[in-house]
Amino acid sequence: MIFVITFLVFVMLASAIFACISIDLLNAVIASGLVSLITAILFYTLQAPDVAMAEASIGAALVTAIFVITIRRTERKE
Amino acid sequence: MVKLIFLTVISGGIFLCFLRMLKGPTPSDRAVALDTLSTVTTALLVLLGYIFGRKVYLDVSLVYAVLTFVGSVAIARFLEKGV
Amino acid sequence: MYFIGIIITGIGVIFLFLGSLGIWRLPDVYNRLQAGTKCTTLGSFFTIVGVGIMEPEWFWKTLIISIFILLTNPISNHALGRASRKIGVKLYDGSVVDKSKEFDEYRENL
Repeated sequence: MIFVITFLVFVMLASAIFACISIDLLNAVIASGLVSLITAILFYTLQAPDVAMAEASIGAALVTAIFVITIRRTERKE
Repeated sequence: MVKLIFLTVISGGIFLCFLRMLKGPTPSDRAVALDTLSTVTTALLVLLGYIFGRKVYLDVSLVYAVLTFVGSVAIARFLEKGV
Repeated sequence: MYFIGIIITGIGVIFLFLGSLGIWRLPDVYNRLQAGTKCTTLGSFFTIVGVGIMEPEWFWKTLIISIFILLTNPISNHALGRASRKIGVKLYDGSVVDKSKEFDEYRENL
């Protein structure tokens, strides 16, 4: 159990670093979607399913859609 | 014991999808990897809920199964219309 | 009942891993879409329903979750494939047939 959680923490860290250093902003949006996905799993394993539900609904749907609309209004390359 | 083997195999799948999301040449590859990863995560959440043994935990994966669809369709619409 | 659930969940987990392996190994966006749609939908359906069989009180709720996955996952993957076809992502060099291009030429000559 604990090695799965450790592995997920490292995946989340690498994905956050990739979201910071990528040039194309759409890749950063996709990587931040992965970060919120793994954050929901970590809240879930910390026995907080309500926080995980809020994180899932906000991070998976709302943040991605709002960032995509923002990139469409502004410019795509950093 | 069997449940830990299942968790390990699903974590291997998550790692392979994550490598494709880091490497993928075009943004379409990364979006496909994220969509696959969200479905794998839904199955992982149901399996973790069985390990913890509470029925309330299934609501999270119900929300996930409905709502990850919205993000993927938003990315697809953005790719289709261009910048 | 427990062993039937273990076997069905094991089949689903193997399908999930094979879908992720296809995401990593296949050469093209469209091939990856095929692996990511079919294997993952069938694998998650088997995994979730298998958990419902192992714990019989949970069966209807897990069935509802898997029906939602069966409805939404092919739609989002279809939207991604159509978008990457429209923005002109190239096919793999060894692919032999391109029905969409033939259909576009046919529609222009009509």
